[in-house]
Amino acid sequence: MSRLGKITRRTLLVGAVAVAGGAAFGVYQIRKPVTNPLRPEDGASLNPYVIIDQQGISIIAPRAEMGQGVHTTLAALVAEELDAEWESVRVLHGPPAAAYFNAALAHGALPVPDYDLGPWQRRVTEGLGAASKLLGLQVTGGSTSTVDGFERMRMAGASAREALKAVAAERLGVDVADLRTEAGRVIAPDGTEIDFRDLAEAAATRPVPQVELRHPYDWKLLGRSLPRSDMRAKVTGQAQFSTDIVLEGMKFATVRICPYLGGGMAGFDAEPALAIAGVEQVLDLGDGVAVIASNTWAAMQGAEAVEIDWTPSPLPPTTEAMFVQIARAFDARPNSTMRDQGKPDEVEAGIEVEYRVPFLAHSTMEPMGATAVLQDGHLTLWVGNQAPREHAKVAAQAAGVAVDNVTLHTVFLGGGFGRRVETDITRQAARIAALVPETPIRLTWSREEDMRHDFYRPAAIARMRGAVDDGRAVLFDAKIAAPSVTRAAIGRMIGREMGGPDKGHVEGAFDQPYAIPNYRVAGHLAELDVPIGFWRAVGNSFNGFFHECFIDELAHAAGRDPLQFRLDHVGAESPVAGGVLEAVRDMSDWGAPVPEGVGRGVAMTWSFGTPTAVVIDLEREQGGIRIARAFMACDPGLVLDPAIVRAQMESGLIYGLSAAVMGEITFTDGRADQGNFPDYDALRMFNAPRIEVGILQDNPHMGGVGEPGTPPAMPALANALFALTGQRVRSLPLLPHADFLI
Amino acid sequence: MSVALIVNGTDRQSSLDPETPLLWVLRDEFGLTGTKFGCGVAACGACTVHIDGEAVRACQIALGDVWGAVTTIEGLSQGDTLAPLQEAWVRHQVAQCGFCQSGQIMQAAELLAQTPEPSDEEIDAAMAGNLCRCGTYSAIRAAIHDAARALNGGSAG
Ligand code: FES
Ligand code: FES
Repeated sequence: MSRLGKITRRTLLVGAVAVAGGAAFGVYQIRKPVTNPLRPEDGASLNPYVIIDQQGISIIAPRAEMGQGVHTTLAALVAEELDAEWESVRVLHGPPAAAYFNAALAHGALPVPDYDLGPWQRRVTEGLGAASKLLGLQVTGGSTSTVDGFERMRMAGASAREALKAVAAERLGVDVADLRTEAGRVIAPDGTEIDFRDLAEAAATRPVPQVELRHPYDWKLLGRSLPRSDMRAKVTGQAQFSTDIVLEGMKFATVRICPYLGGGMAGFDAEPALAIAGVEQVLDLGDGVAVIASNTWAAMQGAEAVEIDWTPSPLPPTTEAMFVQIARAFDARPNSTMRDQGKPDEVEAGIEVEYRVPFLAHSTMEPMGATAVLQDGHLTLWVGNQAPREHAKVAAQAAGVAVDNVTLHTVFLGGGFGRRVETDITRQAARIAALVPETPIRLTWSREEDMRHDFYRPAAIARMRGAVDDGRAVLFDAKIAAPSVTRAAIGRMIGREMGGPDKGHVEGAFDQPYAIPNYRVAGHLAELDVPIGFWRAVGNSFNGFFHECFIDELAHAAGRDPLQFRLDHVGAESPVAGGVLEAVRDMSDWGAPVPEGVGRGVAMTWSFGTPTAVVIDLEREQGGIRIARAFMACDPGLVLDPAIVRAQMESGLIYGLSAAVMGEITFTDGRADQGNFPDYDALRMFNAPRIEVGILQDNPHMGGVGEPGTPPAMPALANALFALTGQRVRSLPLLPHADFLI
Repeated sequence: MSVALIVNGTDRQSSLDPETPLLWVLRDEFGLTGTKFGCGVAACGACTVHIDGEAVRACQIALGDVWGAVTTIEGLSQGDTLAPLQEAWVRHQVAQCGFCQSGQIMQAAELLAQTPEPSDEEIDAAMAGNLCRCGTYSAIRAAIHDAARALNGGSAG
């Protein structure tokens, strides 16, 4: 990070590299070279992803490292082609820049199930990727990073390598074809070696050579589990997060904003806070206060002590009233009917049931925080975030400076899960820094502030009709009502309302690879102004639950084994999805007699391009029900780093299970009732399952891995509970209905 | 008025109010930011440090009550040489976001000091107070077993 801090002055334009994917789109504006944002003081930047200076090779990861291992995999893509030595490569977060747009974000934008995308549809979505570049969305999310970087990052490595070789060929007077590269050096036929560092400066000024990517057969780094680039820093306490920056003369701040969401502040009395040792200032932020102190503890004590007259929230007064409001959406025409097969209205329903899921907090391990200083009219921020350009823009506005006068350093994220796309923390930090110019501010939220000012995963209701005949499902008719995350979050980001059918609202339900003759999924958007936002797997996280629990109900109604029932409906529609079901069947020895006191459930969700199946075993023991084992199988297609895929699968599973067992945000008068881990906990080591992960690579298209583990975890758990107790719980969390070990 | 402390073998003076939790003295005054704030109510373990070898929640110990030498994650390794637990953490590639890991490692260090060959159940019990929102639990458990083997003279890995 400090090295990027030094990157100034010299501007380099790069040609084809940054638009390696883009040039194929055939649109003039998109073909225009992208400005390389890297201007190293010493050393040379060969393209927006590679800096070589006397210290060695740095690779710029255009996506945020929030635990998902993206730095490692994106850097490996470059290093593979560059022939850099893996152990000595440094990986840095990229600055806010259009060059780092996320093209794959748009892959999910077509109203077509991913498993069913034809080649022409894939081309169209690539065109949409170009559109996201026009918007300059530099977003980490949607499990897209690897898919997005797969070509671009390798191109960056390959073209840098060829440029280095071209310079070496001239110097040595040999043909470039006779040179090879290894471990950061160009090697001539006579054994002469030139270090990349000695070629970089000259190579950086060359036109970008045409390059071809290596065949996967020749890969040395990709496809292997690499040592993560961030591991050593994270086991020694050296990894820097938003509030770990130490600056000369720094002050410590926290905020207390109106907890009655949508309400404000009529007035406040700062005196009791100012009486506390260490408290220096109480600032009026309009809808709350910021307290500045000599240390964070004093700031937090001070914030508690300020006497504040809050104005009320316009939200419905109870959670139940909010659900009533959500249910009202069923009365209006659906916003979308993205799956509509057969004649669902003409089939008599054998089962008609309603499902519900609650609001959820992200509860990242690191509460929101940021470090900021406004010095000589220039604002510098350090904040772990998932959308640097948006954050920089918001910071500029809040501090009243031009965006060119903002330097934003993306530091490590102590968990993201969608929360750190949101710019609220950055806006506050910028505003506070502007109120106390020349004073560096470390802003740390309390856990309570974090939990009560989240952009929640919305609550949702599903109304399901279904019927079976002769062992098969003949009707699956779902209506899903919830406030729209897409509208809320994208609207905040691009500053205008998104119209049209909302795919995110129904993903995980309309796009599942089941062959059912009468199959309909309708999305109803509710009007409810609780702040909501992206959450791990978002729509899939509730729709996966609805869909897969209801499939289970249909299987039992048909008197069939729930796993075989799924295979019968999925196998022909998508052999790839059938493959993950077969894998968990074999891994778990599904079908073998289950001992007394054990219940097993299964679920499968296709999300973010990756079908993932989960089998959960519950065991009744003294003191409660234990989630004993989980068997997962995913098929993300080509796997670049198996250990990272496995870790992400386990992570997504535990995140989903935690929510399914005990995650619930409720509101009273618009204020979240839960404020800290004792009221909003998650699984811990003793009650997390033993997990086995199977990774398949039969999917012809690469999918994501950060999120797909979450959606099937929740229904698999509820289905296992049904197997254990005979009780079909149609709402989350499950804890009020079953005594899970906690 | 100032309070004297030994942190990672070094004598330090704090000028903060003696009621201030040790966590903030470490992070804000001494710049030892490896120790993390997660909850402030002893519910997550992110702030775990040692006082005379005992794992404690630094968010709960007032500066004035610190009864012995403090060790933080920064004090666990000797220069560039990682402690056996940290080595095991690297071998098992435990960390994801990493925010909880300083606390996890400090908690595990106390466990191994007291129970050189812990069973799964003993590990689960000792680590119950340390939350990991990234769900790295199976890697943590494996790394603790591995570090135990290494510390007991067995071959690690
Ligand atoms: S911050 Fe001390 S236990 Fe959570
Ligand atoms: S590694 Fe992210 S919270 Fe544990």
